[in-house]
Amino acid sequence: MDTLTSTTTSTTYDLGETPLREVNAALHAPGLSGDFVITGPAGAHNVACGLNAPVKVTVAGHVGYYAAGMNQQAEVVIEGNAGTGVAENMMSGSVVVTGNASQSAAATAHGGLLVVHGDASARCAISLKGADVVVGGNVGHNSAFMAQAGRLVVRGNAGHGLGDSLYETRIYVRGEVASLGADCVAKEMGPEHLEELTGLLKAAGYDDDPATYTRYGSARSLYHFHSDNVSAY
Amino acid sequence: MCGIVGLHLRNPELQPRLGELLTTMLCEMQDRGADSAGVAVYGDPRMSPPGRTTVSLLETGTDAATLGDAVAAALGGPADVLAVGETLLVSAEADEDALLTACRAAAPDALVAGFGADLAVLKGVGHPRALADGWDLAKAQGWQGVGHTRMATESAVDASGAHPYAVGPGQCMVHNGSFSNHATVRRELVRNGVRFDSQNDTEVGARFVAHQLAEGRDVETALKELCTTLDGFYTLLVSNRDSFAVLRDAIACKPAVIAETDDWVAMASEYRALADLPGVENARIWEPEPEVVYAWTR
Repeated sequence: MDTLTSTTTSTTYDLGETPLREVNAALHAPGLSGDFVITGPAGAHNVACGLNAPVKVTVAGHVGYYAAGMNQQAEVVIEGNAGTGVAENMMSGSVVVTGNASQSAAATAHGGLLVVHGDASARCAISLKGADVVVGGNVGHNSAFMAQAGRLVVRGNAGHGLGDSLYETRIYVRGEVASLGADCVAKEMGPEHLEELTGLLKAAGYDDDPATYTRYGSARSLYHFHSDNVSAY
Repeated sequence: MCGIVGLHLRNPELQPRLGELLTTMLCEMQDRGADSAGVAVYGDPRMSPPGRTTVSLLETGTDAATLGDAVAAALGGPADVLAVGETLLVSAEADEDALLTACRAAAPDALVAGFGADLAVLKGVGHPRALADGWDLAKAQGWQGVGHTRMATESAVDASGAHPYAVGPGQCMVHNGSFSNHATVRRELVRNGVRFDSQNDTEVGARFVAHQLAEGRDVETALKELCTTLDGFYTLLVSNRDSFAVLRDAIACKPAVIAETDDWVAMASEYRALADLPGVENARIWEPEPEVVYAWTR
C-alpha cells in the first residue's frame, strides 16, 4: 500500500513589495490550495477579498476596509485590527480578527463564521443574512440592525439600539446592553439555545458558561402587516 | 470623504521629525480627498519663532517684502514675513490683537488662516503631496501637527474652503463629515458679532468652539456644547497650543482611529496613516466612541 504524504505549501506575499491587486489576483487563481501568508498590510483596504477556495490565509498586521469581504470557503486569520466592513457579505468559510474590528463587521454576511477577539464597533452584523458572528469584547451601537438570519454572540457589552428592527437573527449577550432597538426583546434561554450558544462559543475558541448569557430576538411586531395600521398605507 | 491626521508628540526627541512624520500621514490620506489640503504646525521655530505671535495669511495680493513693510508700518514696530508656498507667515513681538489688526490694515482682503504663538497654518488648493512638497513640510519641527485632505462637498474648492480652520488664538479644527444646520448656527454667531471668512460648514464648527472658549469654557465643555448644537456627521480633531482633542458624532459613521504610545498620541481617519509611526507596533490602538471627548494636554 502506498503511503501518501501530505505536504502543505505555504506562500508568502509582502504587500510592501507586491501590489495588492496582484496578491488578490493570485488568491483568485482557479483550483487554489495551500496556505498563504500576507505580510506588511499596513492598513491597506480590500486585503484577501473575494476568495473562493479552501485555503488558509494569514494576514500579519492591521488591515483597512473590507478585508476578507465576500469570502467563500477560505479560512482567513487577521493578526491585528480590521477596518470598516471586515468579512462583509461573507458566504462561507471563516474570518478571525485577533484585535478589534471597526464598524459594520460582517455586514450582510450570508454564511460562515466571523470571530473578533477584541471589540467590534458600531453596526456589527448589520443586516446579517445567515452568518455567525462571535465578538470576544464589546460591540458598538446599532449592532444587528435589521439582521435577518444567523447568530450574533457578544462576550462583553452591547451599545445602544441593539437589534433595532430585527428579523430572525438570534443575539446572545453576556454583559450589559446599553439599550435595545425597536422591536428587539430579551427572550428565554431554552435548552436548544444553550446548546446552540455552546457550539458557537466553542467554534470561536471560548468555553464560557452559556447560562451567563441573555438571548435577544425580534418581538415580530414590526415586520408583519397589522390590520390596525391599514389606514396608514 | 476627507482625511484627517494629527500627531501630538510627548517625547521631545521626536520633535525634529514632526514634519517628516506628518507628511507621511497626510499623504497617506490623499486618496480620501485631493481637492485641497492644509496643516497646522505647532512649535516650528522657523515658521513661528518662539516668543512671538505669528499670523498665517493667504490671498494677500502682495509679496512677502511689501507685506512686511506694510505690517511694520501699521504695527509701529518690526515684523518679519516668511513665504511658505502660498501662505505668508507674519511674525512680530506683539500681542495677537495688535498683529492681527496690523495684518488686516496691511492686507484688507487677505484670508487669515491662523494666528497665535507657536502656530503656523499652511493650506492651499491642489494635491496634498504637491502641497506638502511645496511647503517643504518634511523639514518642519515642533511638538504637534494636524492635517486635512479635502474632498469638497458643500462649499467651493478654494483656499477659504480648505481646512484647518484656525479661528481662535492658537486653535485649530479639522473635520471629516458635514454639519447640516450650519447656516442656522452661523446666523446666530453672526448676531453675536462673529466674523466669517467662508461659506464652509466646518468654519461654523470652528467659530462655535472658539466662541465657547472665548466665553471661558474649557475644550471638553465646548465640544459637548457642539454635540448638542450642531447636527450632522463629524469626526473632529480640535487642537490648541497645548491640547489635542478628538470628537465623533452620535452616529459615528465618519471613521477615526487613535493610537497612543509613551512617545506620542496620534489620530487619523484610517490606520494606514499611522502605519509608519515609530513604535506603532506597540501602540495602544482604538476607535473613539461616539460623543466622547478624548483630550490630551502637554
